[in-house]
Amino acid sequence: MIDWSHTALTIAVVLGGGLTLAGMLIWVERRLLGVWQERYGPNRLGPGGCLQSLADMIKIFTKEDWIPPFADKAVFVITPAIVVITALMSFAVVPIAPNFVVADLNMGVMFFLAMSSLAAYSVIIGGWASNNKFAFLGSLRAIAQLLSYEVFMGLSLMGAVLLAGSFNLSDIVEAQRHQWFVVPQFLGFLGFFMAGLAEAHRTPFDMPEAEAELVAGYHSEYSGMKFGMFFVGEYLSVILLSAMTVILFFGGWHGPWLPPVVWFALKMFGFIALIILIRATWPRFRFDQLLTFGWKVVMPLALINLLVTGGVVLWRAG
Amino acid sequence: MEVLFYIAATVTVLATLRVITHVHPVHALLYLVVALIALALIFYLLGAQFAAALEIIIYGGAIMVLFIFVVMLLGPLAAEQERTWLTPGAWLGPSILALVLLGEVGYLIAVGDHTALTVSEPRQKGISIALYGPYIIAVELASMLLLPGLIGAYHLGRRMSKESRSC
Repeated sequence: MIDWSHTALTIAVVLGGGLTLAGMLIWVERRLLGVWQERYGPNRLGPGGCLQSLADMIKIFTKEDWIPPFADKAVFVITPAIVVITALMSFAVVPIAPNFVVADLNMGVMFFLAMSSLAAYSVIIGGWASNNKFAFLGSLRAIAQLLSYEVFMGLSLMGAVLLAGSFNLSDIVEAQRHQWFVVPQFLGFLGFFMAGLAEAHRTPFDMPEAEAELVAGYHSEYSGMKFGMFFVGEYLSVILLSAMTVILFFGGWHGPWLPPVVWFALKMFGFIALIILIRATWPRFRFDQLLTFGWKVVMPLALINLLVTGGVVLWRAG
Repeated sequence: MEVLFYIAATVTVLATLRVITHVHPVHALLYLVVALIALALIFYLLGAQFAAALEIIIYGGAIMVLFIFVVMLLGPLAAEQERTWLTPGAWLGPSILALVLLGEVGYLIAVGDHTALTVSEPRQKGISIALYGPYIIAVELASMLLLPGLIGAYHLGRRMSKESRSC
C-alpha cells in the first residue's frame, strides 16, 4: 500500500490504458459495425485504418469550440469534465490482476455505484445548461432512465456480493476461482448488463441522445473537444461496464495457461465486442416500454434473485 | 489525516453557504451536491466507509437528481423571482438564530473535550448489525412509512381516464 512507485505506475497504466483504449474504440467500433453491416468502415489511415482515431482527434481539436450565448456558461463548461472524471475515478477500483489495482477499497462495489450515480449529473445538467428544447428533452429522458436503472444495477450485483461475502472487488474475483458467478447468478448478470447499458446510454437504451427525434439529445449544443469529452466518456463507460461485468460475473483475471492480465483483457474485449454487436443489430426501445420493462420485469427478477441467493447463502451457512 | 478533515469541512461549509445565498436554484442545488460529497468524505475519514458510500449513492446520486429534476422545470424566471425574495431584511432572523447556535458550538469546543473525531470507527458490519438487531422496529417502521408513500404516489399518478374506467 505504501509502495508509492507501484501505486504511481498502476495509476499511470490504468489512466493511460483506459484513455488510449477509449480513443481506439472509436475506430474499433466503426470497423466492427462495418463488418457486421457488410461494408468496410474506416480503412484508409495506417494499417487497417488503425490511425483513424488520431485523425478524428486532430479534427475534433481544431473545430470551433463554441459556447452558445443563451447557455448557462459555468455549468455548460463543467459538464463534459464530470463525464470523464467520474468514469476515470471508477477505474481506480477495477482490479485488473492480483495486486494490480489502484485502490483496493473495502467498499469497491459501492464506490463504483457511487461514481455511476454521480455520472448521471453530466447528462442531466448538460441538457439543462444548453438551454435548448431538444437537449432539455434528452436530459428529461436521461433522468427517468438513469434513476430507474440505477436501482436495478445495485440490486442485481448484490447477488455476487452476497456469494463472495465482500464488497471488495478483488475478493469477489478471488471467490470465483472455481466457478464463475455467471452460473449461479445468471439473472443477476442479465440485470446488471442491461442496467449498465442503460447507464452508459448505449443502444438499445440510448433514448437520451436519440438522433432521429432529438437532434443529438443532451449534447446537441456541444462542439469541439467538449463534445469529444462526451464521446470519450461514453467509450470509457463502455470499457468500465465490460470490466465490471468480467469482474463480478466472469471470474475477472482467472483462466488457464495465459497470464491474468491477458485473460482479463480478452474477456473485457469480448464484452466490448458484444456491446458493439448489440448496437449494430438492435433497434431502440420506445421510451415508455423501456421504463415499463425496467420496473415490471427487471426489478421483480432482481428482487427474486436477491431473495433466493440470500436464502441459499443462509442455508449453506447452516 | 486531520488536514484532510479540515479541508473537507471547509468545503462543506462554504458550499452550504452558497446553497443558501445563491439566487439561481439549480446552481444552489449543484452546490448542495458538492456539500454532500464533501460530507461523504468526512464520513470516510471518520471510518464510516459504508455511510460515506450511501451518502453519495442515495443523497448525492438519487435524491438530489430528483430535486434538480423538479427545479429544472421552473425555468429561467425562477432566478429573478428568488432575487426579489433574498432581501437584506430576510437575512436578519436566520442570521441571529445561526449566530446563537455558533456561540453554543464555540462554547462546547472551548469547554468540552472534542475527541469524537477519533473515537468512532463503525464498519458496515457494525451498522448492519445495529440496524437489524436492536433497531429492527425502527427499520420496519421506516419501511412501513415508505410503502404508503409509494402507494399514494401511484394513486395520484394514475391517469384519470383509466381511473374512471376501473372504478
